Amino acid sequence: MTLVVSDLSVDHGAIRAIDNISFQVEQGQMAAVIGANGAGKTTLLRALSGLTRATMGSATWQGHELLYSKPEKLVRFGVSHVSEGKSVISELTVAENLLLGALWRKNGDEADATREKVLETFPRLAERISQPADTLSGGERTMLAIGRALMSKPQLLLLDEPSLGLAPLIVEQIFQSIRDLTTHMGLTVILVEQNAMSALKIADIGIVLNLGRIAAMSSAQQLIFDPQVRAAYLGY
Amino acid sequence: MYQFINTILIGITSGAIYSLMAIALVLVWRSARVVNFAQAGQALLSTYIGYEFIQKFHSFWLALFLSMVIGAAVAALIDATFMRTLFRRAGHGPIAGVAPIIATLGLLGLIRSVLGLIVGGKDVRIQPPVSNVGYTISGHTLAFSPLKLLIVGSVLILMLVLTVIFQRTNVGLALRASAYSPEIARLAGVRVDGIRTLGWALAGAAGAAAGMLQTPDGTGALSPDSLEFSLLLVFGFIAAVIGGLESLVGAVVGGLILGLVLAFVLTYISGSLVFITAFGVLIIVLLVKPSGLIGSRRGRRA
Amino acid sequence: MRKFIQSYFGRLSLFILLGFLLFLASNRVDELRVYQGATVAMYVVAIASLILLTGYSGQVSLGHGALLAVGGYAAALARIHFSAPIWLCFVIAVIAAALAGAVLGTAAARLSGPYLAGSTLALAVGLPSIANQFHIFGGEQGLLFDVGAPPTSLGADFTQYKWYFWIAASIALIAIWWLQNILRSRFGRTWRAVRSNEVAAELAGIHVGKSKTLAFTVSSGLAGLAGALLAMTIGTVSPSAFPLTLSFALLTGAVLSGVTTLSGVMIGALTLVATPEIADAISNRFASSENVATNLPGLLVSALLILVVLLVPNGPVEQLRALRTRKRAKTPLTR
Repeated sequence: MTLVVSDLSVDHGAIRAIDNISFQVEQGQMAAVIGANGAGKTTLLRALSGLTRATMGSATWQGHELLYSKPEKLVRFGVSHVSEGKSVISELTVAENLLLGALWRKNGDEADATREKVLETFPRLAERISQPADTLSGGERTMLAIGRALMSKPQLLLLDEPSLGLAPLIVEQIFQSIRDLTTHMGLTVILVEQNAMSALKIADIGIVLNLGRIAAMSSAQQLIFDPQVRAAYLGY
Repeated sequence: MYQFINTILIGITSGAIYSLMAIALVLVWRSARVVNFAQAGQALLSTYIGYEFIQKFHSFWLALFLSMVIGAAVAALIDATFMRTLFRRAGHGPIAGVAPIIATLGLLGLIRSVLGLIVGGKDVRIQPPVSNVGYTISGHTLAFSPLKLLIVGSVLILMLVLTVIFQRTNVGLALRASAYSPEIARLAGVRVDGIRTLGWALAGAAGAAAGMLQTPDGTGALSPDSLEFSLLLVFGFIAAVIGGLESLVGAVVGGLILGLVLAFVLTYISGSLVFITAFGVLIIVLLVKPSGLIGSRRGRRA
Repeated sequence: MRKFIQSYFGRLSLFILLGFLLFLASNRVDELRVYQGATVAMYVVAIASLILLTGYSGQVSLGHGALLAVGGYAAALARIHFSAPIWLCFVIAVIAAALAGAVLGTAAARLSGPYLAGSTLALAVGLPSIANQFHIFGGEQGLLFDVGAPPTSLGADFTQYKWYFWIAASIALIAIWWLQNILRSRFGRTWRAVRSNEVAAELAGIHVGKSKTLAFTVSSGLAGLAGALLAMTIGTVSPSAFPLTLSFALLTGAVLSGVTTLSGVMIGALTLVATPEIADAISNRFASSENVATNLPGLLVSALLILVVLLVPNGPVEQLRALRTRKRAKTPLTR
C-alpha cells in the first residue's frame, strides 16, 4: 500500500502554496521533506491530514482519498499528524494527552499496550505522567506529541519539524527513537524538517520542496551527496 | 439576628439559581469558547415548554425532566445549525471575536420576542412542587423552605455530576480538549463538532433546570418581561465571569458570592443599589484577578 | 474624482453638502419625519461611538446605554441647576461621559473579550438604577431637559421638532466629521493595530493599555453626546430611558452598519428608527393585538441582526468593497 500524491495544489487565498506536486511513498518507507522556510512543507502535511483544504489533486492511501476530508475522519484511516509547534494541549496532563490520541479506539487493551510502548520509548514521559503538559521541556513536549500521535494506532505518520527549538543532542535522541519506532511498527512516515541533514540521515527517500514545487526527489543517500542540495540545504 | 440569618439564606438560594445559569454559560464557554447570551432565552423557552408539560401531565417532576431534555435538544440544534454556519461565515474576519456575542444576542432577542408573542398577556404560572413555606425555629420563620432546599440541592448535585463528567470520563476529556485546542483534538481523532454540540446540549439542560426551579420560587409567573428573567440573564452572566468562566466550581462560587453580597445590600442598604453593587463586585474581582476567581493562571485569553 | 473625495477638502465638502441637503429636506417633510430625523442623528452619534470602540479598538461594550445616561443626566443637571446655555450643556455631557469613560477605560483595558462584555453588561443594568437612589437624579420620573424654543430669528413657523432636528443634525455632522478625521489619523491606525494583534502592537512600540483607554474615553464622550441628544428629543432623562435593550439596540445598529467602518453608520441608525415604524405598519395591517405590536419590532430587529451576521458579517459596506476587490483579482498568483 503506497501513498500516492498526484497533482496536488493548495492555495492560501491568492497565493499558491503548493503547485502541482506528485510523489509516492512506499509502505514502510520514511520520506524526508526538506526545503527553505515557506517552501510549502507544512502546508503539504496539513493538506494530507485534512487541516487545510487542498485546492486540486489527490492523495490516496490504502485505497482511501485523503484530501478534502476532516482530520478526525482520517485518523480512523491510520493517519496521524504531529503538527508544527509542539502539538500538545498545555492544559492537559501528560497522561491525558496520551489518552486523547486513543479515545477513538475501541480496543482498550490494545490502547494500553501502545501506551506501554510509548512510555518505554520515552521514559521521561513516564516520570512526568501526571504533570500538566506546559511544565514539560521542549524536548519532552515533542516526545509527548509523537507519543500522542502513536496512541492513535497510525500507519501513516506525518511529522512537522520535530527538531524545532531543540538542542542537537535531544534532536539526535528523538530522531533515533523515530527511526526505531518506524521500523518496529512498520510505519510509513513523512518527516518535514528544517534540519535537512538529520532528516536525510534517517530517511529512505528525500524530497526537496522549493516555492511549492518539487525541486529534487531521490533516495536520501543520493541527496546527501548531491552537490546542489549540499550547497543549498546542507551547508557544505 | 434572624434578619441576618435570613439574609444569608436568601443569598444562598438566589445565588444557587445564578450558579445554575453560570454553569450553563461556563459549559458553552468551555466547549466552544463562546459566551452564549441566548442562554437565558433558551432557559425561558424550556421553562415555558415545561409549563405546557405540567398542564398536560400534571407532574412537575416529569415536566422538569422533559424540559431539560428539550432544552438540551434545542441547544444542540442551535449549535449544529446556527453556530456552525456562523463560524463558517464570520469565523475568520475582523469581526470574529465579536460575531458570536452579537449572534447570540440576536438569538436572545428573537427568542424573547417569539415567547412574548406566544405567552404575552396570558397568565402563565408554575406552582411550586414542594412547599414554599419557610421552616420555623422558635417562632421565627426562616427564609428557607423545602423548595429552596430543593433548589440549592439541585445545584450542588448538578455541579458534582458535571465536574465528574468533565474530569473523569473520556467524554469529559474530549470536551476539554476540544475547547482548549480544537485542531490538536481533531488530529487525535476527536469529533470536535459533535463534542461541542454535546457541550451546548448539557448547557441547555442546565439552563432549563434553572428556569424551571426559579420560576415557582417567586410569583410563579413566566414572562419575557419579568424581572426574574432579566436577573437570570444578567446575574447569571456576572456570576460566571466572577467565577472565571473556566471552571464549574467557579460558576457555583461566583453565583454564591454574588447572591450573598446582593442579599446583604438588598436587606441592609437599598434595593436600588443592587445592580450597581453587582457591577462593583465584578469589577473588583476582575481587577484583582483578571481571569476571574478561579481563572487559569496561564490567563487563557478569549 | 476618487482622489478628491478621499482628500481632506473633498470630504469636508461632502459633509457641508450633506448638511445643506438635510436642512433643505427638513423644510419639505412633515413633522413626524423631522422628529425621526433627530432620532436618527442621535443614533448615528451613538452607533459611531460603538464603531470606534468595537470596530476599531476591538473592545466589546454591551453597556453603552449607561454612558449615554451619564451624558443625558449631565446635560439635564447643567440645565436645571446652572441654567447653562444649550451648547454648554452638550459640552458638559461630552466631558462628563468622557471622564466616566476614562475611569472605566483603565479597567476595561485590562479585560479581554467576555470579561469586558460582562462588565459592561453589569454597568448597563447598574448605572441607570443609581438614579433611583439619590434624589438629585429625580428618581423614577427623572429630570427634565428642555432645550427651549427655537430662536425667533429663524421665523415664526420654525417648529420645535425642526429645532431639535437642526441641533441634532448639526451636532451629528460635526461629531462624525471629527471622528472620521481621528479614525484616519495615527490614532485610528494605532487602534486597528491593537485590535488585530495586541502582542505585535506592543512590540511595535504601541502602549496598548493607553491606546485602549483612549478609545474608551473618546467613545464614551461621543456616547454622552448622543445621550444628551436623546434627552433633548424625549424631553426627560430617567432610568427607563436607558434600559438594557438600548445597549443591545446600539450594538445591533453597529453591526448592521458594519462595525469595522464608519461609512455605513447611517444604515444602522435608519434601521433602528425605521423598524418600529415598519412593525407598526405590519400590525396595523393585520389588525393584531397589542401583544403583537409590542413584540414585533424586537422580532424584526433580532431577525435582521441574525441575518446580517450570517450573510454579511462585515457589514454591507465592507461586503461590497470585498466583492469589488475580488472581481479585480481573478487568478491566483503563482510565486
